[in-house]
Amino acid sequence: MSRKMLAGPYIIWVVGFTVIPLLLIVYYGLTTASGAFTLNNVTAIAQPEHAKALGLALLLSLISTVVCLLLAFPLAMILRNRGVGRGSFVVFLFILPMWMNFLLRTLAWQTLLEKNGVINGILGFLHLPKIAIINTPAAIVLGMVYNFLPFMVLPLYNVLCKIDDNTINAARDLGANFFQTLIRVWIPLSVPGIISGITMVFVPALTTFVISNLLGGSKILLIGNVIEQEFTRSSNWNLGSGLSLVLMVFILISMMLVEKYDKNGEGTAF
Amino acid sequence: MKKRFYAASLAAVLAASALLAGCGSSPSGKSTTGTSDAGEVYVYNWGEYIDEDVIDMFEEETGIHVVYDMFETNEEMYPIIEAGARNYDAVCPSDYMIQKMMENGLLAELNFDNIPNYKEIDPEYIERSKEFDPENKYSVPYTWGTVGILYNTSMVAPEDVPTKWMDLWDEKFKGEILMQDSVRDAFMVAQKALGYSMNTTDETELAAARDLLIQQKPLVQAYVVDQVRDKMIGGEAAIGVIYSGEMLYIQEEVEKLGLDYSLEYVIPEEGTNVWIDSWVIPKNAQNKENAEKWINFLCRPDIAKLNFEYITYATPNKGAFDLLDEELQNNKAVFPDIESLQNCEVFRYLGEEADQMYNEMWKEVKSK
Repeated sequence: MSRKMLAGPYIIWVVGFTVIPLLLIVYYGLTTASGAFTLNNVTAIAQPEHAKALGLALLLSLISTVVCLLLAFPLAMILRNRGVGRGSFVVFLFILPMWMNFLLRTLAWQTLLEKNGVINGILGFLHLPKIAIINTPAAIVLGMVYNFLPFMVLPLYNVLCKIDDNTINAARDLGANFFQTLIRVWIPLSVPGIISGITMVFVPALTTFVISNLLGGSKILLIGNVIEQEFTRSSNWNLGSGLSLVLMVFILISMMLVEKYDKNGEGTAF
Repeated sequence: MKKRFYAASLAAVLAASALLAGCGSSPSGKSTTGTSDAGEVYVYNWGEYIDEDVIDMFEEETGIHVVYDMFETNEEMYPIIEAGARNYDAVCPSDYMIQKMMENGLLAELNFDNIPNYKEIDPEYIERSKEFDPENKYSVPYTWGTVGILYNTSMVAPEDVPTKWMDLWDEKFKGEILMQDSVRDAFMVAQKALGYSMNTTDETELAAARDLLIQQKPLVQAYVVDQVRDKMIGGEAAIGVIYSGEMLYIQEEVEKLGLDYSLEYVIPEEGTNVWIDSWVIPKNAQNKENAEKWINFLCRPDIAKLNFEYITYATPNKGAFDLLDEELQNNKAVFPDIESLQNCEVFRYLGEEADQMYNEMWKEVKSK
């Protein structure tokens, strides 16, 4: 009995702040402003401007995820090989910026990348050509990679730490070179971490609207921006919810992937 | 029409959670301490839209306890009043939103006997208010301003100085233009450039404005709201669309930073948007008389002057205007001549259907 009681606050939390809101989204997504049933809010994703925004969001978040993975995997390997003490200090350094507000960090990138920004100031001082990536998709990808990289590093680091040194040594003993060890041992054993890292980068990157607003100069419309506008500017909660339902499909797919490859929850971030 | 960027971003973050929570953000409560027998008044105003000392002064003088909440956008305020989630006694929306609230029966008629200081309001603005409050029964003007073009004197050659909206389509300014990132403001620019009314609901006129905006997009550096101010001060762009209310701040900042350029404000000759934010009392107000006392207090010239100095948006209060330094009175960016406002209009609420059309077309511009 007392054990069940312990779950009480959690259940109240989940029901109040996850289940009910989700049901509300489903309700709004499948009704018109007057409350009649409709599928128009969901099928609206096929409208050219919505489809384009979704396509662009998928493309940019895919690029960001790949870049994050390519950056994070070698880093996680280096950290693991450094041993617990020094490795976890570097991990700590990685988490440190996350203590600052996400919005402020993205604003800081704006200041860095601007035409008369910090980076161009330094480049100009060194008589180097200036960069002009602010308000382009490249700046959005940069913002996504910067903001979500820790979410890729941490699960990879955790999963790599669990690989026994003896497994690696055995592969080496049996004559595998570095490349073969990587392909045959490192990567297969870190799949749970890779999958959960991909999910943790891809999902927030797909749904973001702050990064595209701040670093894209509001000139590049992602699906997150469309939904945000429907809620905050157009007061069309029905359409916003309908499009959110479409986005949820992508989130569900990635969760199913995690479920499939990460049965034991090995690849968790913390 | 108060907009502050950081507040807007915060609202964006809140909206992110609202997206999941399926409901809007609740107003952030801020109340001063101390209660009294004179009752209470629930005030709902824009963020940073009052000198906070004024609240204390009001409480001290009347003994009425003020519960003060803030909102970020008209659109955020509206559902809260409509749902009656909290009974506010005095609210300060913009012109078109006042009309929407009035048309939907959300406003109470004011008893002007309780607002003797109403006489301090310049009749010019009461006249202009008729566009959204035809009989002047519901609203008392609080601030007003125009929208115009801001340009950097060192980046714009003297012969290229903008005089009309169409100058924002000049290829010379490619990548140097900052446009407003809100539907009505952006469309206003194109509609005025084409010689249409900014309150048009005609689909062909709107489509023409949309096409003009799409044509402009490659020249635009970014669509922003309040960042126009900081980006222009920082020399990021040569030319931008801005609210006149920001001008005093900009001029002070340019002077303070000792910049080697100045930023000048132009009201385009095709005419522009004149906006008015006014106090209204919702129908479900519980303390209507206290709200009228509140509005009356804000109309007192010395109080209106304090608020003007804090907000820096032009005051429609004649009494307060007379108290200002001559230099400030002659600052044309803050207080433009009435004659220069010939073709100007006030935004009107256009109804649900037209709103949707605007939003749809704006999305088409943004996704191009």
